[in-house]
Amino acid sequence: MTTAALELRNLQKSFGKTEIIRGVNLAVGKSERHAIIGPNGAGKSTLFNLITGRFPQTAGEVLLHGQNLAGKAPFEINRMGLSRSFQITNIFPKMSVFENVRCSLLWSMGYKYNFWSMVGRSRALTEGAEQILEQINLTNRRDLPAGTLSYAEQRALEIGITIAGGADVIMLDEPTAGMSHSETDYIVELIRTVTEGKTLIMVEHDMGVVFGLADRISVLVYGELIATGRPEDVRGDPKVQEAYLGAALEAEH
Amino acid sequence: MDLVLVNLIDGLVTGLLLFMLSAGLTLIFSMMGVLNFAHASFYMLGAYFAYQISIALGFWMGLLIAPLIVGVIGAGVERYGLRRVHQYGHVPELIFTFGLALLIEELVQFIWGRNQMPYQIPDVLNFTAFAISGNSIPAYKVFMIFISVAIFIGLLYVLTKTRVGMIIQAALSYPRTVEALGHNVPLIFMGVFGVGTALAGVAGVIAGPVLGTFPGMAFVLGSIVFVTIVIGGLGSLWGALVASLLIGWITTFAKSYNIRMEDILNGIGISTPENLSDSMFRDIWAVTSPQIADILPYILMVLILIFRPYGLFGNRDA
Amino acid sequence: MSNPMKENQITTDPSKPAQRMRAGSLRIAALPWVIAGLALLVMPFVFNDNSAITIMNQMAITIIFALAYNMLLGQGGMLSFGHAVYAGVGGFACMHVMASTDFFEMLPLPVLPIFGGLFGMGLAMIVGSFSTRSAGTVFAMISLGVGELIAACSVIIVAFFGGEEGISGDRTYGMPFFGIEFLHQIEVYYLIAFWLMVSALLMYLFSRTPIGRMANAVRDNPERAEFLGYSSRWVRYYSFIFSGFFAGIAGGLFAINYEIVTEENLNTASSGVILLVTFLGGVGFFFGPIIGAIAFTLLQTVLSLQTDLWAFYAGVLFLATVMFFPGGLAGLLMMHVPAIKMGRASKLVVPYITTLIPALIGILGLSALVEMTFHVRHSSVGDEEMTVFWTTFDSHDILPWAVAIGVTVVAFAVMRMMLPTLRAAWADANATKANTSNGGAA
Repeated sequence: MTTAALELRNLQKSFGKTEIIRGVNLAVGKSERHAIIGPNGAGKSTLFNLITGRFPQTAGEVLLHGQNLAGKAPFEINRMGLSRSFQITNIFPKMSVFENVRCSLLWSMGYKYNFWSMVGRSRALTEGAEQILEQINLTNRRDLPAGTLSYAEQRALEIGITIAGGADVIMLDEPTAGMSHSETDYIVELIRTVTEGKTLIMVEHDMGVVFGLADRISVLVYGELIATGRPEDVRGDPKVQEAYLGAALEAEH
Repeated sequence: MDLVLVNLIDGLVTGLLLFMLSAGLTLIFSMMGVLNFAHASFYMLGAYFAYQISIALGFWMGLLIAPLIVGVIGAGVERYGLRRVHQYGHVPELIFTFGLALLIEELVQFIWGRNQMPYQIPDVLNFTAFAISGNSIPAYKVFMIFISVAIFIGLLYVLTKTRVGMIIQAALSYPRTVEALGHNVPLIFMGVFGVGTALAGVAGVIAGPVLGTFPGMAFVLGSIVFVTIVIGGLGSLWGALVASLLIGWITTFAKSYNIRMEDILNGIGISTPENLSDSMFRDIWAVTSPQIADILPYILMVLILIFRPYGLFGNRDA
Repeated sequence: MSNPMKENQITTDPSKPAQRMRAGSLRIAALPWVIAGLALLVMPFVFNDNSAITIMNQMAITIIFALAYNMLLGQGGMLSFGHAVYAGVGGFACMHVMASTDFFEMLPLPVLPIFGGLFGMGLAMIVGSFSTRSAGTVFAMISLGVGELIAACSVIIVAFFGGEEGISGDRTYGMPFFGIEFLHQIEVYYLIAFWLMVSALLMYLFSRTPIGRMANAVRDNPERAEFLGYSSRWVRYYSFIFSGFFAGIAGGLFAINYEIVTEENLNTASSGVILLVTFLGGVGFFFGPIIGAIAFTLLQTVLSLQTDLWAFYAGVLFLATVMFFPGGLAGLLMMHVPAIKMGRASKLVVPYITTLIPALIGILGLSALVEMTFHVRHSSVGDEEMTVFWTTFDSHDILPWAVAIGVTVVAFAVMRMMLPTLRAAWADANATKANTSNGGAA
């Protein structure tokens, strides 16, 4: 059996006495697009932050390509091939759009803490950054300060930054939060193209968004995964109907 | 043993004085996230105003009025200065208060000149309260302790027992929620800034006659106050208290016992080099504790930050 | 880490517009350096008396120091209240090299600042190891504490810092450099000018390296930078030690120029001045600190000759900059770039003149009032005569007060009247690209 790109083993997290994540087991295979969905307050973002080392877990393990991530700083996790986006747009607002993308290429192109070569001289860097700008349709915004872009453009830029480093495991935290329908369609399409051949794990509130995109879906309710499987199966699962859609229906009535 | 007692009292006076400044500073910090560099300047203003008032109306009116004026000025600085700079971010805010400190010092020199003001202890308090084996303790020191403790208890009462205090505490952590509940958060900010600076003003009024009322007084005490709240942990009131007392005692004891570095180094087994006068490190060997008393707080701060980056009682990053 | 994207990223297409643009921008980037170099060469011929050269030396040293400071503040987002320490220690180190005659005789003077740089860098390496853990308030406080600590040490560790009188030396004992012994100010000027060019260029190039770029990224958003594979702390550390190096160079040049270094080179007041200079010039642009250093040195020289209240005015100017022009002088200049690009800057000239002249008169009137108040309050009893703006009068008389107040009030009233015209002209000149003016100031 090949090692999973990302594996969670009995992952738990409590804040004080409150258990937020109650033993999550999940294995995401290479090049799989996996979506974690769940109603509000299910612990999606917490789970996300546990995986990426932003919070320490209370118990359990996170394995990236079979390696344990316990105690690793965010930059170390990133160097092991995992890259993430944030729920609240998290870019470099005072730097130009191009500069944003170029910075995200530096480590993966082996520049490390280099202080003797000029970034402007590296054709590879410029081309790489420009290629990504093209992928995320921001070429015409190249030299604007990133902070002045529209919301959807900033989200697109953030996805660009996330994939630029060449990480093979991409994690996106509610990439379509707060977007209109047309913007959502645009971002979903964007995610589809830029994650070609990579492992994608995304957290979403809305099942509709991930339905055409994800290979497999996990449903997180009150800190536990109640179902994992192909989109059609998950949608038909009575437990999901009850816990997830039921809650939504209840809210409507 | 008696000397220890005297030093304990002296250190307590220094510590409580520091605390009157650091309490306001740390409250302002935890609320607005900005370290008010000009905090000690308000302390200086308190001393100068009280001196000016004491000429006309006597010491006690100075103690009453000067902090009020300082508080109003402080609130004005928050309303018309800080609130404006706030939109540019934390670093410009810090720079603003730094510039304010410079300007207040220049302003004080402009109005009162460069010399020390003859601001005196009031006659009523100018006697010896009691003596410990020949070392007399002036009544004014007892008065200072009394005032600071009274203020601390008052502050604690307001913060923990009153409705206003509860709103302030809530506004510290959840400004938006408190705003949504219908409270005027900018007004609360302005109020706390005013009260914090007024506290510094009180400290100035009562410290002016003892430590001297001169343009450099803000700077002398100011940097120690910052060190205090960094050691105590930014934003922690208890940390400020503990660190203030700690620094008060450490500096007092270092000044009154003449401990030589040579003795310490010999004590831990390093022998004095034979040709000491040629050594690059001869000055380190000759250092005595009164000499370094004033820089001990800085050394303590550096050590604390290396081993406990958030200070003694701090729990969050700035 | 293997990178599957790398291969297809390196495909090159020279016909791409970006390629040409980059080549063009390289050429443009070299031009200001050539102009600056030429200006430095001819300056002593234009202003050739000794006092002018003294001022220019001071200016050049301040520029290097301010640029080094801005590596932290502007590019790395770290506010230091104790950066004078690194320059000062560099200066002291150079002084000790000058004092060790045997070694100094084999060393050409122009090489000396490197020792200052290395010592500044060494100290920064030690302090940075714990201070760069975070930016923000904690960093600022540590910098203040360490600054105070080292300044206080200068009175205790007399062997290195020379106590209160500091240490002095003689630069001419060095090995002659192509026959030059640096006896004259003008020779020192060219030495400093050389180091100014070299340091400024190196600092500029540093901002173009991967680590220099990441310094900006960490300043903007340290958490995001961590998820790009960089440790924010290490990025800050590198900026910090390089800044320490160039500050040390500035300190070394100070030692060469003045031949004396004292506690004043280390203390918080000096650190405050460099913060003031840098912020006044503008932290958002590389050339900001250069403008700041030039403007500040000129202002200091002119004002300190005219008035005792020079520090007061500097304080007011500083606070006004922080409150109203956080971009500094460079920010103010760059605000006009969109209008100039659109060829509409000329629309601003007349409104500027009609607004700024009354504003200037008002400020002068205000400063006259300040001077008069100061005179009334502090001059010795009986001394009632004073001179402001080449006019001598009795400061206790009512007439001069009436005139000064009148002029000030009228001038500010006229300025207020003119402001709407200026605003309209500004809006007009930036009409189509109103949103880019914000971007330019960022």
